Amino acid sequence: MDWQGQKLSEQLMQIMLVAFGIIGFITGYALGSFQTMLYVYAAGVVITSLITIPDWPFFNRHPLNWLDASEVEKHPKPQNTNATSKKKASKK
Amino acid sequence: MHSFAYRANALLTFSLTVLALMCAMASVSDNFNSPSPTSQVQVLNINWFQKKPDGDDEVSLTLNISANLQSLFTWNTKQVFVFLEAEYETPKNALNQVSLWDGIIPSKEYAIFGIHTANKYRFIDQGSNLRGKDFNLTLHWHVMPKTGKMSADKIVMTGFKLPDVYR
Repeated sequence: MDWQGQKLSEQLMQIMLVAFGIIGFITGYALGSFQTMLYVYAAGVVITSLITIPDWPFFNRHPLNWLDASEVEKHPKPQNTNATSKKKASKK
Repeated sequence: MHSFAYRANALLTFSLTVLALMCAMASVSDNFNSPSPTSQVQVLNINWFQKKPDGDDEVSLTLNISANLQSLFTWNTKQVFVFLEAEYETPKNALNQVSLWDGIIPSKEYAIFGIHTANKYRFIDQGSNLRGKDFNLTLHWHVMPKTGKMSADKIVMTGFKLPDVYR
């Protein structure tokens, strides 16, 4: 998942759980059955987890542009070899 | 939300928080219920009335207990515990309560009932004060919810009297 995807996943999870909570409560209250409320909510939790937990493709619509391998070789990382070897000697 | 386990954990904990809120709302919804229970008790017979060897009085009664407790049940009610108490005053105690019968009502269908029975528990006094005693029979009930706070109430029925002599 990319960053936008993570944000989408979290928002979707919170909104869907609250929505299923409200739908479950209204259904249970209208039918006069506590068990109905729990079943509707449990189904909602399962649906929400199926949509928000796995890494679906629609969570990857804004991929990050990592640096290409060929570009890495053109711009080598700066080396501080003298400073590091001096530190190692003093530790011994 | 950078891993499967992280998202699963977040979903699980949030779903439990929402569930707790739903149960709280269900408990609050019980306050909108205004119950109107009725009951009637008759003492059909005083089977016997003796003084025990240790000095305490004991009575055995045959009772006819009928009640309609249907309005106590809501969608959030697990069961109603109902019990009948004899209440009277003695010189030693301002209030004596002796439980004579109890029962559990598991659902609304069973909440209208009439029962013809001897007292389930023994009616024994602390001492020898029951001759000619006026007493109330009070039907108490405890409404036990599926989630939330238990509530209790009662109906007091007055006008009962024990005989003046032992039988």
